[in-house]
Amino acid sequence: MSISEKDQLLLKGLAQSDKEAVEAIYRDNYNIIQSFILNNNGSVDEARDIFQEAMVVLYEKSKDPSFSLSCQIKTYVYSVCRRLWLKRLQQLNRFTTQVESMEDIVPVEEELEEHEKKNTEFLLMEQALGKIGEPCKSLLDAYYLQKKSMMDIAGEFGYTNADNAKTQKYKCLVRLKKLFFAQYKNT
Amino acid sequence: MDEIVMLEAIERYMSGEMSPQERSFFEELRKTNPEVDQLVVEHSYFLQGLEKYGAARNFKHLLHETEAKLMAEGVIHEPKLKGKAKVVFLWNKYKRNMAVAASIAGFISLLTLGLTLTFTTKYSDSYKYLVKEINKTNREVSTLKSKSTSHHVPAAPVKIEPKADFTGTGFLIDGKGYLVTNAHVISKMKNIYVKSNKGDYYSAAVLFTDATVDLAILKITDTSYKTITNLPYSVRKTNSDLGEQFFTLGFPRNEIVYGEGYVSAKSGNDGDSTAYQLTVSANPGNSGGPVISQNGEIIGIITAKDAKSDGVVYAAKSKNIFKLLDEVKKDSTKQNIKIPAGNSLKGMDRVQQVKKMEDYVFMIVGSSGQ
Repeated sequence: MSISEKDQLLLKGLAQSDKEAVEAIYRDNYNIIQSFILNNNGSVDEARDIFQEAMVVLYEKSKDPSFSLSCQIKTYVYSVCRRLWLKRLQQLNRFTTQVESMEDIVPVEEELEEHEKKNTEFLLMEQALGKIGEPCKSLLDAYYLQKKSMMDIAGEFGYTNADNAKTQKYKCLVRLKKLFFAQYKNT
Repeated sequence: MDEIVMLEAIERYMSGEMSPQERSFFEELRKTNPEVDQLVVEHSYFLQGLEKYGAARNFKHLLHETEAKLMAEGVIHEPKLKGKAKVVFLWNKYKRNMAVAASIAGFISLLTLGLTLTFTTKYSDSYKYLVKEINKTNREVSTLKSKSTSHHVPAAPVKIEPKADFTGTGFLIDGKGYLVTNAHVISKMKNIYVKSNKGDYYSAAVLFTDATVDLAILKITDTSYKTITNLPYSVRKTNSDLGEQFFTLGFPRNEIVYGEGYVSAKSGNDGDSTAYQLTVSANPGNSGGPVISQNGEIIGIITAKDAKSDGVVYAAKSKNIFKLLDEVKKDSTKQNIKIPAGNSLKGMDRVQQVKKMEDYVFMIVGSSGQ
């Protein structure tokens, strides 16, 4: 099945973290996933969790230039959610009789493995950032994630000039790198 | 500080802020110095990771916002379950938890029941007496260690319902009616009877006792006793190894009781080399019971247990039976006791072995004569 124009646009929007695209995908798919999870031993909170994770998977894929969706977004999201939910059930030992499939599914094993790897890295970075403490965390956040200029940062954090802020920023970065790679090697 | 200068250079290099001169100098440095090159690779990987982290975090934030918005609009809603549907939903959701909870509750009540039973048994009058008796004789064993006593007691053919002040266990070592038991089992008994697994009582007399190894030989004197030929088991002459598995049969209650365990030490209480230490469950009344190897050899005779530690049981070694019989022969030429050498239990499964053994293990019953 080839991908519809609408889906293609949504995917493009998703890659750019476009609000409207995200909302549209939510509207089209969330309730199907929720009823699937509720029917298979899950709760509303778990449905939200699983759906968000599936959205992240789709987002990561949309940013990958070599990725092309071979089915509808609906089928893809459903397949990912189903796989994620089965895994969750296994982890919780909450075995259920055969999880029913109400929709078509496509194989998503490889994607999920890749997603897991990315998720681990995400968690490692989050942990490392959690450990360096303030003002390092906010400083690095402002420069590397919010892309603020060194001048603005110096003003915001009360440094006398941009050079002072810069030195401080590099000190923080060295610490963050140490923390990150120490954990990275343990995994 | 060097590291910071380096990092700054790398970041400027990656963002293209370097002048062409600086750039070619830096590239030359990368080529000649592998450490610098390594640092560039590592840092660009790290910054990419940081970038990705930031993007993923922003995206997750966006998801939360979208979800909140759609929930406010009512597009996403929690299904409101009412009445029966809700009960069914909750039941489906929690049935596993309930099953687990129910089985834990059941287990705890059984455990409590079990403990209550043990305590009441311990403190019921008859058993308390037996426990006391066993401890007493243990003390006697240590004081009489060097003395060996032997005496003949004439058979007492009194046919009354036996009065059971003490009970223990014994087993045949000769089908003609010779049994082995512990010396302490019969030391206080006046009128001794043995009771078969089928419930028949036979009067018996003490033939020989040796308090040093805590063993005694009884002879069934009852005329109704019929000689059994071919006992299926044998008696081991050598020591058993640590860890050897065995089973026991005995009469801690009015019915034969099976037990399983292993040899845990080559000496008994206080380094007593005539005994083993076993790990098995044994209770008052088990004294004198056979310890049988997997191949159907008697390897020991249960004697006592450590009152303070759980599952620590002492057993006289089987080779003491041979010594005992030598003494008997010296003492009197009339007794011709043949130690069994049967091996028909070998290779049988445990249930069959026990079935075969049951008939040769007796409850020893005696009154205090008061």
